[in-house]
Amino acid sequence: MIKVEGLYKSFGKLEVLKDINAEINEGEVVVVIGPSGSGKSTFLRCLNLLEEPTSGKIVIGKDEVTSKKFNPQKLRSEVGMVFQHFHLFPHMTVLGNVTYAPLKVKGTTKAEADKLGKELLAKVGLSDKANEFPNRLSGGQKQRVAIARALAMEPNVMLFDEPTSALDPEMVKEVLDVMKSLAKTGMTMMIVTHEMGFAREVADRVIFMDEGMLVEQADPIEFFKAPSTERAQDFLQKVL
Amino acid sequence: MNFEQIIPSMPYILQGIWVTLQIVLIAGLLGFAIGILLSFFKIGRVPFLRWFADGYTSIFRGTPLVLQLMIIYYASPQLFGVQIDAYTAAILSFALNSAAYISEIIRAGIQAVDKGQREAAMALGVPYNKMMKDVILPQGMKNILPALMNEFITLTKESAIVTVIGVTDIMRRAYIVGSDKFSFLEPLLFAGLIYYLMVLVLTFAGKWVEGRMRRSD
Repeated sequence: MIKVEGLYKSFGKLEVLKDINAEINEGEVVVVIGPSGSGKSTFLRCLNLLEEPTSGKIVIGKDEVTSKKFNPQKLRSEVGMVFQHFHLFPHMTVLGNVTYAPLKVKGTTKAEADKLGKELLAKVGLSDKANEFPNRLSGGQKQRVAIARALAMEPNVMLFDEPTSALDPEMVKEVLDVMKSLAKTGMTMMIVTHEMGFAREVADRVIFMDEGMLVEQADPIEFFKAPSTERAQDFLQKVL
Repeated sequence: MNFEQIIPSMPYILQGIWVTLQIVLIAGLLGFAIGILLSFFKIGRVPFLRWFADGYTSIFRGTPLVLQLMIIYYASPQLFGVQIDAYTAAILSFALNSAAYISEIIRAGIQAVDKGQREAAMALGVPYNKMMKDVILPQGMKNILPALMNEFITLTKESAIVTVIGVTDIMRRAYIVGSDKFSFLEPLLFAGLIYYLMVLVLTFAGKWVEGRMRRSD
């Protein structure tokens, strides 16, 4: 599904990603963990070209998205992304947020988009909020709307960039629950998170990054029991 | 002070309100349109357009408005090959001048919109033009409304300088009445009162629009 080869990314002189190689299979849920500044988010953002890789190759489905000829808009309409700070459109209603991209990018009719939007809001448990504006929602509700908004484009892959890091503790679960049920539908997901319990429970595979390098990839149960690298051991000791 | 002597001339001065309003409205709208275009040049990716818009702003903000007005009016035969009338010259110079200020206001407003909004739209595959129109501009406009209203108020007051090229606006009419009666203080104070009331009305209108827009917050 996704294949990354020799990915490098620098911001000016700062090298943020160094020779990342990874493969994500269809329907797989991959969780990326690691200390702050290890390049996890940048890695994720390279996958839908919100950051332009400095070098290396990314193939998603059949498309080599890092090729100069490739149109990033096509890629982004097929890859959903959920951000740490939600980034809902504040001047649109909840339903407006969810239906905007299908209407404007795919050219779906208003009736179809509304129908799809309402279904998705029901799935994330927010049917009653369809006509509210985002500022009337709690953080957890906002993030669930953001998930529905990304799903409205019917993506093949969903990327989550620390989706619960900006939430009050009591709201983390409602968002993780939505993500869990999404994982059960067979969606290919890549999640940057600090929620180790969630990683252990939901991930098919854990990727550990440190200092811009992909240090270790493993089955979550084995990884959390006994990571094979020293750096991962250090990290787990600090967070668990 | 004797205001009685200018009472018969008051309707004449008041008719200038229409002249002033026409200049301000047309110049304001034109300036807004050109300003939007220039602000897009400034945030765009074409170096020449960026350079042009920055240069334009620098020149129009860096020289006196009255100079721009006089160049456009008195030098129009050399510039355009014909003598344009004072009214057109007034509108043209005010539009070009306010475009420079308005383009800066809009640029700042657009750039003040949270970067995440742009990323969220991009991540959904929304093309640049639609993103600007549906996501960025509506939010930017709300930010810039107070500054835009200010610019409009400034324009209303500063329009008084069209009097130097003989446009019979409020100011010019007050001056004419003054020289007619050999008494300047009363007609000029009357003109001042008219300008002040116009600005008050604009200020209130601005607050009202702002309040309405804030309802969606």
